[in-house]
Amino acid sequence: MANSAASRGSDVDPAGLAVDLRDVVKAYDNGVVALGPIDLAVRRGEFVSLLGPSGCGKSTALRLIAGLSGPTSGTVNVTRPARTENGRHPIGFVFQEPTLMPWTTVRENVRLPLKLAHVPPLESRERIDAALAQVGLREFADSYPRELSGGMKMRVSLARALVTDPDILLMDEPFAALDEITRFRLNNDLLALWRSLQKTVIFVTHSVFESVYLSQRIMVMTSRPGRVAAEIAIEAAEPRGEAFRTSADYAGYCRKVSETLAPAYSERSS
Amino acid sequence: MSPPKAAPSPAAVPASQDSGSLRLVRLALPILVLAAGIAMWELVVRVNDIPPYVLPAPSAIFATLVRDWGVLSQSLLTTLLTTFEGFIAAAIGGIALALLFNLSRWLEYSLFPYAVVLQVTPVIAIAPLLLIYLSQATAVVVCAFIVAFFPVLSNTTLGLNSVDRNLAGLFQLYGASRLQTLCLLKLPAALPFMLGGLRIAGGLSLIGAVVAEIAAGSAGAGSGLAYRIAESGYRLNIPRMFAALLLLSAAGIVIYGLLALTSHLLLRRWHESAIGKES
Repeated sequence: MANSAASRGSDVDPAGLAVDLRDVVKAYDNGVVALGPIDLAVRRGEFVSLLGPSGCGKSTALRLIAGLSGPTSGTVNVTRPARTENGRHPIGFVFQEPTLMPWTTVRENVRLPLKLAHVPPLESRERIDAALAQVGLREFADSYPRELSGGMKMRVSLARALVTDPDILLMDEPFAALDEITRFRLNNDLLALWRSLQKTVIFVTHSVFESVYLSQRIMVMTSRPGRVAAEIAIEAAEPRGEAFRTSADYAGYCRKVSETLAPAYSERSS
Repeated sequence: MSPPKAAPSPAAVPASQDSGSLRLVRLALPILVLAAGIAMWELVVRVNDIPPYVLPAPSAIFATLVRDWGVLSQSLLTTLLTTFEGFIAAAIGGIALALLFNLSRWLEYSLFPYAVVLQVTPVIAIAPLLLIYLSQATAVVVCAFIVAFFPVLSNTTLGLNSVDRNLAGLFQLYGASRLQTLCLLKLPAALPFMLGGLRIAGGLSLIGAVVAEIAAGSAGAGSGLAYRIAESGYRLNIPRMFAALLLLSAAGIVIYGLLALTSHLLLRRWHESAIGKES
């Protein structure tokens, strides 16, 4: 670590920032630079997508924000709430795979973050039911993951991320492995959740359409090492719905984003 | 969010009738073969008037089994006890060692080669040595342990190392302690592998016990089934040899069956290996 001044967990956020990455570089042990230098500031309650080709360090950025690894240089600031007791955790993480524990029920899977924080079972129960209700899976609490469809597993994963009532939701290509129709439905559900829960969402995807449909702002990234090539704000009438998906606005934004993305993947052979 | 439409479990497949009769056939065929084999054996012995000290008829073996049940059942108990003790030692030793290896890479690097050495050295060659240094009762159990612990160790190690990377990341994100990660993540994830190792270890500990008994028996003591086989051989009591052999393989089958059942019961709700058999 060249510059381990990477500070985390400051409570002060005058700019209303939830996440603030400054000059962040992440290099692997073999010296290959995976990410950066990159600046990324995300306001509270904002829905931001990181869009780019595979291996551009999008997932690395999420892991840095989650604190699962440290930056090689630069600073990562994540605003943490003052109250973190009772199994409340500032960050929820949803992976590309549902990443559920196959040996236990949906309820126990969602309970995991609370269990790790030693929240008593009685209190957990209420919160698990609430989280499962948010993703529409209440009646599947006692099912095992293998009994669920891919989309439902992803919902369980989402419920597990929501059960700690996080401020920031980090999503790493969560719907990439789903079929298009299931993905559309989960997109709508995610938007509804985002509106009602007012979380900050940082959403990694390699789908132009998904990023345009969901985000308020898209950071288009270059291939390795990942840098921000462009920043595109999507200004569409809220709340978005299926009407937006078929609108001329939507098509226009998709085209604009695609044009911006093109140099990112055509410049280098991958 | 709208409730998903998918059913919680797949509907029963109409092909179940077919698979039912197939199961019956699969059960009936080996029994039929066994019955035919025994009948043939009996016939050959009777028609050719083969004396029992050369090849006893199945009926003679069965008669011996009933007549000598007092001696044989005692020996069976002895062998089973040795096997059981060896198996328990192998299970505890193998799993504990795998956990230690998982905690410390240095320990794994230092000790694993010796575990392999112990595994590849034929136990029949180690048994006489053990009998010199240990009491007979201990030596027999140690033999069963040596043969059986390696599959438990290597399978558990494999299981502990095949934990989902993202799940491990999640545990890290939520600040799980080492103990929580072990109990809630690593052990359950390793369970199917562990049970696979234990299933192999069950049969192997019987083999270990038998080998040690034969080695010990030739030293002049012991009363396990293997010793009965050796002793009956010296006395040309061939029907009793067969009877003891029959009990040994029955014991092996029961041990395997019990372990397979345990494994199935523990995994049937979630693991592919157990689900495949049911649906």
